[in-house]
Amino acid sequence: MSATAWAWLVLLFPLLGSITIALGFRVLPARAAGLIGTVAIGAAFACGLGVLVSLLGEAPDARHHASSLWDYASAAGLDIKLGIYVDPLSTFMVLIVSGVSTLIHLYSFGYMQSDQGYRRFFSYLNFFVFSMLLLVLAGNFVLLIVGWAFVGFASYALISFWYRRTTATRAGMKAFVINVVGDIGLTLAAFLIFRELGTFEYEDAFAKAGQVFHTNEWTITAICLLLLVGAFAKSAQLPFHTWLPDAMEGPTPVSSLIHAATMVTAGVYLIARTHPFFVLAPTAADVAAFVGLATLLVAGTIALVMTDLKRAIAYSTMSQIGYMVVGVSIGAYSAGMFHLMTHAFFKALLFMAAGSIIAAMANEQNMDRMSGFGKAMRFTSITMLCGALALAAFPGTSGFFSKDEILAYASARGGMYLIFTVLGYVGALLTAVYTFRLVFRVLPGKPCPEAQELIDTGHVHHAHPFNPATGEEEDTDVGFPGADHHIAEQSAPMRVAMGVLAFLALFAGLVQVPGVDETITHFLDPVFADSPLTQIVPSVGASWFGLAIGAVISLAGIGIAYLAYVARPELPGKLEARLRPLHTFLYNKWYFDEAIDFLIVRPALAIGRFANSVFERFVVDGVVTGTQGTVRGGTAFVRAVQNGFVRSYALLLLVGFAGLALYFLIQSS
Amino acid sequence: MNISWYIVLSSLLFATGAVGILIRRSPMVILLCLELMLNAGNLALVAFSRMVGNQEGQVFALVVMVVAACEVVVGLGLIVAIFRRKLPLDVDDLRTLRG
Repeated sequence: MSATAWAWLVLLFPLLGSITIALGFRVLPARAAGLIGTVAIGAAFACGLGVLVSLLGEAPDARHHASSLWDYASAAGLDIKLGIYVDPLSTFMVLIVSGVSTLIHLYSFGYMQSDQGYRRFFSYLNFFVFSMLLLVLAGNFVLLIVGWAFVGFASYALISFWYRRTTATRAGMKAFVINVVGDIGLTLAAFLIFRELGTFEYEDAFAKAGQVFHTNEWTITAICLLLLVGAFAKSAQLPFHTWLPDAMEGPTPVSSLIHAATMVTAGVYLIARTHPFFVLAPTAADVAAFVGLATLLVAGTIALVMTDLKRAIAYSTMSQIGYMVVGVSIGAYSAGMFHLMTHAFFKALLFMAAGSIIAAMANEQNMDRMSGFGKAMRFTSITMLCGALALAAFPGTSGFFSKDEILAYASARGGMYLIFTVLGYVGALLTAVYTFRLVFRVLPGKPCPEAQELIDTGHVHHAHPFNPATGEEEDTDVGFPGADHHIAEQSAPMRVAMGVLAFLALFAGLVQVPGVDETITHFLDPVFADSPLTQIVPSVGASWFGLAIGAVISLAGIGIAYLAYVARPELPGKLEARLRPLHTFLYNKWYFDEAIDFLIVRPALAIGRFANSVFERFVVDGVVTGTQGTVRGGTAFVRAVQNGFVRSYALLLLVGFAGLALYFLIQSS
Repeated sequence: MNISWYIVLSSLLFATGAVGILIRRSPMVILLCLELMLNAGNLALVAFSRMVGNQEGQVFALVVMVVAACEVVVGLGLIVAIFRRKLPLDVDDLRTLRG
């Protein structure tokens, strides 16, 4: 079978799974729904491997295929096909998305088992995977926007999955609104692309762009900046990032799949996919890179002080996506994509481990109350440690190779780009500190009551579910895992998923070791060969020097965390007291929510209130009632004629005809 | 015979019908008066037809009779409907359709 045929099958299975579960939710037993969902995604992954195999069987330069099923819209000069584009980049993304999704479906199979909304969950989750695969396989900008909007909806539906929880529904709305801002940017970019290039198809658009645009012409810069609005909103980069921490209201597998491993990296994929545009607009690419850098530092500092376990990991996700955005924007395409892959592994794993712990805490997410889970949950703590080591770029793990590759490229490019190397290493230090802050606060120490209960009885702590944010009682009827859940690492599918990811988090970096085997670079090379930036290659010596610095920084970060949270546990409190304003500033997330509220939400509300109280009441109502009055007044005479007396009508008729007859008589004589 | 006599008779009949419609209030009588006006027209048509010497005017008279028959059907139907609903048979009282 050809690569494109495999790719169509990749799209088919998740769609079928979603539809089957959605239509059959009354008849399917819950377990069957989970099984169908998991098998559908597994089949998609298998077909993704089929794509890979058939691509590898071709010459590197011939590894790009467009295929379309039918015309989506065909009108004057506009020809949009329902088409996909298969090349190493989209194949790479398909494999990551479907592979990680398979494992997370497996995890959910166990994790969600006591949830009343089990079938709904799997239907949504399959729909999400379908949308995400559509996004990465789309062959033109229109289908890209379709996939882009679909994942936005799936994200909304899954954040608000426990829809009786007010905080969850609010978080869903926030995510949706901010994502729509990004959708608007992306759509406007597509309009501009069509106006300037006359096509929506990737291949044609990229081929024409070089002839139509001059470097840094305002149109191509505008296109790139609008694309960036879309990418930043989806990937939670400054200033569109505020939805991501709130999105942690969703079930943990959702955080793991959508808000860590796959959907939030769509912006990185978009920048990599449209790199021919960014090569023509270096200014826009620099804007992207600096926003990525700012995000990675801001999010890293916030992650240092968050006390909510999942939100801390969410800020870490933002920070890591910052690295990827820096990578694909400055030209380290394959390094950025490599970091995307390793991040998908270790961040999905960290969320799974966090989910396991949160389940053991009966849905309590506050880290201040957690300790001693190292003894209580051996498997979870080992896998969490694997994920944390990879995130902190411990030498030899996957994150170690991927992060340093981006920074090595930045220093090889030189000049202004050295800033990215230097601040990137500062970010790496922050990463190591906040990662091991989580680990040292949750795993070692004296077991907290919940952990002690697990050790003593082997049962998960059960509490009556209350929403910690608002104190509201949770409604377990709509699917909030109630008091009778028995999860937390005790289910075999969860253990398998976490085990596989732990292995990948530790060892996936070995496919791309500088100077030894650069598998991913070689595989993705044909896609990025047209970019002059790929001519810059850091020497093997420089790469290893960078790796050495990275190793030192990572160990130093872990050491600092050990010092602060294990050796001298009173230190953080002292620091917090000493640096009270800084802590407050970080704890309030740099006041981004408040700033957006002040700059956008309140003015918009004020304009709305003005429009309602003044414009609507006086102008609109005035025009309407004025028109009505004029018409009513002007027609009073006409209405008087219609008095309802048949005989007066007859008289009018008679007089009228007599008048007409008189007129013609006078005329004719 | 001079055509003027026919026209005078026709005009008198038409005027009678018109005055009847204007002054009477019973729908029944109004219908009768309408018939009178139509037949005044018919008389004029037939008279002119004879004067000119072809049959076209008579054909028109026939058409008018058909129209008159139809009109009477509708009109009488209305009167029956009004009667059945026990409404006053007085056109001045039936004036709900005023503007």
